[in-house]
Amino acid sequence: METRNDIVSANDQHDGHHAPGEHDGDGHVGHVHGHIAPRRPTRDQLQHIQGWGADLDRKNRPGVPMERTPPRFINVPDGDPAPQEQHVEVLVSTERPGRTPLFGSVQPPSGLSGAIRRLAFKSTENDVRHWLLLLLADRVNVVEGIGDDLAKGKVPNILAEMGIKSELKHNPAGLAKKVALGAAVIGVACYLMQRRGRRYR
Amino acid sequence: MLAMNYRGPYRVRADHKPDPVIEHPGDAIVRVTRACICGSDLHLYHGLVPDTRVGHTFGHEFIGVVEEVGSSVQNLKVGDKVLVPFNIFCGSCTLCQHELYGNCHNTNAQSTAVGAIYGYSHTAGGYDGGQAEYVRVPMADVGPMVIPDDIHDDDAVLLTDALPTGYQAAEMGDIEEGDTVVVFGAGPVGIFAAKSAWLMGAGRVIVVDEVEYRLEFVKRYAQCEVVNFKEVKDMALHIKKMTDWVGADVCIDAVGCEAAGNTMQTITGVYTMMQAGSATVLHWCINSVRKGGNVSIVGVYGPTFNAVPIGNALNKGLTLRMNQASVRRHLPRLIEHIRAGRIDPKQIITHRVPLEEVSDAYHIFSSKLDNCIKTILVPPRANEVRAVKASVQH
Ligand SMILES: [Zn+2]
Ligand SMILES: [Zn+2]
Repeated sequence: METRNDIVSANDQHDGHHAPGEHDGDGHVGHVHGHIAPRRPTRDQLQHIQGWGADLDRKNRPGVPMERTPPRFINVPDGDPAPQEQHVEVLVSTERPGRTPLFGSVQPPSGLSGAIRRLAFKSTENDVRHWLLLLLADRVNVVEGIGDDLAKGKVPNILAEMGIKSELKHNPAGLAKKVALGAAVIGVACYLMQRRGRRYR
Repeated sequence: MLAMNYRGPYRVRADHKPDPVIEHPGDAIVRVTRACICGSDLHLYHGLVPDTRVGHTFGHEFIGVVEEVGSSVQNLKVGDKVLVPFNIFCGSCTLCQHELYGNCHNTNAQSTAVGAIYGYSHTAGGYDGGQAEYVRVPMADVGPMVIPDDIHDDDAVLLTDALPTGYQAAEMGDIEEGDTVVVFGAGPVGIFAAKSAWLMGAGRVIVVDEVEYRLEFVKRYAQCEVVNFKEVKDMALHIKKMTDWVGADVCIDAVGCEAAGNTMQTITGVYTMMQAGSATVLHWCINSVRKGGNVSIVGVYGPTFNAVPIGNALNKGLTLRMNQASVRRHLPRLIEHIRAGRIDPKQIITHRVPLEEVSDAYHIFSSKLDNCIKTILVPPRANEVRAVKASVQH
């Protein structure tokens, strides 16, 4: 982590170009035979920046170095967490030996999407089919979701779910454009279907 | 209880579902008082994250009051006001022992490639999130932090993700005094990354976006230079010109998989999903940074693959750093910054919306309507304690 720091300061002693506050008035360092260096503002020029340099010292940066042990700022538990009881189906990555001690238990797999997800979890995360099957299951799940709503006697208000109210309020011109575009697409499609129908009549 | 409910891409609503229960002796149930919508929630909202199940409740940025604790919880008690880092972590695995709380290996059964995150699909563990009246908080002794009395609730909720993620982005850039730092993305994380770059001694901070009102905001809030990429023909060339042909010392990706700015990337990454999102900003970072420079990535990408110019990264000798923020380790220092007035997070909040109007809140944020930068959702029971206290006083 400190290596780059050391190299930069060695260079600075050598040619002075990289050191803040050691260049000409406008803060610009010119090019000399392919030697190029960016402009660097002086500390004075940065005075107006709120909080500037408070964490310039890496000791103030809580994530440096990246790995620190023992952990600070948390109540470190004694040992691994006790295993959570399992009451619903939880799909588990094949890239680990078993279930984790803690896991999420919401929306267990169900229906056709659930079957696709189970299939997806037969392959590893390293296998791209795993993810593609999950995306497919997600799309199937959307249709199932509409079915579920209808089965509960609830017709989903899809436009409201998409936030039509705010679109009307904050972007009426854009909404009008979308509606016009949609109507045009439907119109063209109808026209083409009609023509096709005629041709084969 | 009332909770945000995902129905499919671009479709969410507030709906009733059963209250969460204690499922493990280390759990707590938290009554949510504020929950944010995060830029990364939009990837879920747009249907780009695999294993996002219908009925899922999003929300990994929330604060609230402890309502119930499991039998083994010792450090939290009912009534505590807590901020809950977005990472769900155990505190005891090897990763947690190294303070890599975002990479805990004990809390996500579904995937080894991702730590566990509240309300962020089953790929991130399958836990419901905090855009709800109540939420299950596992490992309650380890993750949550009691909110200090002098920290405003709006600042506290931004400490659960947006601020620490922006700060860690700058930290991973390993900024030296006088460095030129380019931040791609003027959303909340990019805004805080720009602020943090100054704290670490940057000499120039340049923020790139296409949304004019956000550039206006960040220019004032983070005292930085801004570039609207719609007005620029080639980003790498532009940054080189701005830096006397050297390139930036540090480039930060605070956008992730839905970056605009390159039609080919948008088609392959977002519309057809031939890669795990648009890699536009990764290209810009690698190609705009100087030789030997640092690229720091906190924008979220999907789990499959992206086409990135890794050869350029190699030949330029770049250091690429990236991670989900390890929120908990950053909190003490960030609270010091807030107290010292070096940073005032709550200024970025533009919208405060009742949870009942979650559909519109998502749409406004997703479509960047009404100059939206950060939205807070307020559940119907958010002010219950205050109401009780008030009645006692009378
Ligand atoms: Zn977030
Ligand atoms: Zn862990």
